Amino acid sequence: MSEMDQKYAELRQIIEAHKDWPGALMPVLQAAQELFGCVPEDVQKIIAEGLGVTLSEVYGVATFYAQFSLRPKGKYIISVCLGTACYVKGSQSVLDKLSEELKCSVGSTTDDGLFTLQATRCLGACGLAPVMTINQDVYGRMTPDQVPGILAKYRE
Amino acid sequence: MDIYRAHVLVCGGTGCSSSGSATLIDRFNEKLAEHGLEKEVKVVRTGCFGLCEAGPVVIVYPDGTFYSRVKPENVDEIVTEHLLKGRKVEHLVYVDHATREQDAEKTLDSITFYKQQHRVALRNCGVIDPENIDEYLAMDGYRALEKALTTMTREEVIDEILKSGLRGRGGGGFPTGLKWKFTYQSQADQKYVACNADEGDPGAFMDRSILEGDPHAIIEAMAIAGYAIGASQGYIYVRAEYPIAVKRLSIAIDQAREYGLLGKNIFETGFDFDLNIRLGAGAFVCGEETALMHSIEGKRGEPTPRPPFPAVKGLFAKPTMLNNVETYANVAQIILNGADWFASMGTEKSKGTKVFALGGKINNTGLVEIPMGTPLRSIIYDIGGGCPNGKKFKAVQTGGPSGGCLPESLLDTPVDYDNLIAAGSMMGSGGMIVMDEDNCMVDIARFYLDFIVDESCGKCAPCRIGTKRMLEILNRIVEGKGEEGDIEKLEELAETIKATALCGLGNTAPNPVLSTLRFFRDEYEAHIKEHRCPAHHCKALLQYVIDPAKCRGCTACARVCPAEAITGTVKNPHVIDPKKCLKCGSCMEKCRFGAISRQ
Repeated sequence: MSEMDQKYAELRQIIEAHKDWPGALMPVLQAAQELFGCVPEDVQKIIAEGLGVTLSEVYGVATFYAQFSLRPKGKYIISVCLGTACYVKGSQSVLDKLSEELKCSVGSTTDDGLFTLQATRCLGACGLAPVMTINQDVYGRMTPDQVPGILAKYRE
Repeated sequence: MDIYRAHVLVCGGTGCSSSGSATLIDRFNEKLAEHGLEKEVKVVRTGCFGLCEAGPVVIVYPDGTFYSRVKPENVDEIVTEHLLKGRKVEHLVYVDHATREQDAEKTLDSITFYKQQHRVALRNCGVIDPENIDEYLAMDGYRALEKALTTMTREEVIDEILKSGLRGRGGGGFPTGLKWKFTYQSQADQKYVACNADEGDPGAFMDRSILEGDPHAIIEAMAIAGYAIGASQGYIYVRAEYPIAVKRLSIAIDQAREYGLLGKNIFETGFDFDLNIRLGAGAFVCGEETALMHSIEGKRGEPTPRPPFPAVKGLFAKPTMLNNVETYANVAQIILNGADWFASMGTEKSKGTKVFALGGKINNTGLVEIPMGTPLRSIIYDIGGGCPNGKKFKAVQTGGPSGGCLPESLLDTPVDYDNLIAAGSMMGSGGMIVMDEDNCMVDIARFYLDFIVDESCGKCAPCRIGTKRMLEILNRIVEGKGEEGDIEKLEELAETIKATALCGLGNTAPNPVLSTLRFFRDEYEAHIKEHRCPAHHCKALLQYVIDPAKCRGCTACARVCPAEAITGTVKNPHVIDPKKCLKCGSCMEKCRFGAISRQ
């Protein structure tokens, strides 16, 4: 069985396990996002069939919430906090610098598929403002001049 | 139970975890084992201590020594000196911001940051191990549930909450007891209780800290609420962006089930109650109660008009009672200590305490819990230590995107629901962001509207289109392209949106603009009429200038400038060409002589 087929099989199991939950669509979409890294049309179709809802309903929910993405994201997801505490301490300039260094706009993925740059709402680590995360790594008290050095670590 | 001679409490809240407290815990365990102390000293990972600025924070008991900004390489010293030889490591002891003292004998309660606080909702945060139900039980945990189930009728429980004067801590301030009463009065075969843990206000992390530091308090309160209104099932709707909170909540629910405190026939009273977690998926509007319930139902999180109110027709079309995390965090204490005890704190119409997440341009970033009625000034200066780097205070923002910015002249306002509204802001869920002279108030208003435009669900036109139009005007103003009449247009749009939007998100969206217009109108006018940003913040309206008297001609600025806009020869004053300058500010950061300024 190919890797993709295996994932589809896993998705069907997830659907089966959640089927009788009230409000199952959200948890199933969340699990699918985790499993595939995104929820493209074929995944939405399987979910729609499995849960007995229309594809338009699945699509409606998948496009409503920021957590779901229809296209794959980069290997490293860079999130710069634009919560108020970080913003007043200059996180916009960190985000601008990243956008310049990566040559990619906020909300998009670099051509090599390595980085996705996104602005995020409050991470709740206001004591470390301005804060940025790259996957699970947290960088606090950021300044724009730290950006190139940090990116270099992930490019290796 | 094992007895230890000393306990090392390491903060495992989000702030401290982000600065590496998990490594500290591993290192402590390693070093203690090396010295054969693992049976004498116990390392506990607690929830948030509140003083995030000083993180990672470590407290050693029984002495109560408060160590701050502890690094992994300091652990060895704390183990060999303090824990082995009983000598406190003076240089790691927290420096009190007010007294400048570094006193190793000082315990938590005598530190200026904590002295004026009164911890009810946060009482166990930073005290117990949130992943261990026994520690919660030792702090009178689940005794309130037992008291309610075994000695009180459902009506008595609701009466107690009503009498206490507790109001919704999510921001609106609706009397909690009334909500309970209305849902109790609804007739249905199934009712639900729900907890709003979709804390979305930018700059607010109170609920997160409670969930991370004391998850059982929420479970216990929801069970009490379930008993009172007649619900057997509860849902906690929590942001997926809060992984530590979700994990601890799941552990706590499992433990409560194991101990028979959730499930069937709790305390053998025939009362059944169970809880499930539902994760939010990144939509701010889901903090609105009807939107939140649609999200739990697995639908798009769009609000619907009220009535019908959730107390009549909520989740899965059944009567539902939704409270915020901090509201629940007070419930068990009210049941245990009585409504009179709770009502003895606070002001006439706002009882009890309120937790605030203090952030922005303030020395002591962190979580504070103060009795209602405490003036803003004492929160910002006495507890928060004022603005760093000697900068001048400009405004304090409360209520997030629904609230407003208050100036210096209103700092003596006592903090409670009604006073903050009268002053032109609102309580909100508890974000409190301080701004100094470098922050441009027009830009701050623009920032909040940008947030709203992004988060508007798009269902109603006033919010979807109106806020977008307001943002366009504000973008123009900060770019120096403001026109006569823009302020009036903003005001007209704001009033219309307030009056006509479908839900709370839209109704309150213009507030940051209205409050900054009220208190900082001169800044708007300076942008529009004089093309000048008084805070020297807005890029399009400022110029970087080198003071020839201060410039030593070191060439550092010219070398760092990405646009080659700076010219000059060694040891002679340099000049910036405003036409080439990108206004990135690199030169100013680099200059060691303070010769470059924004004008």
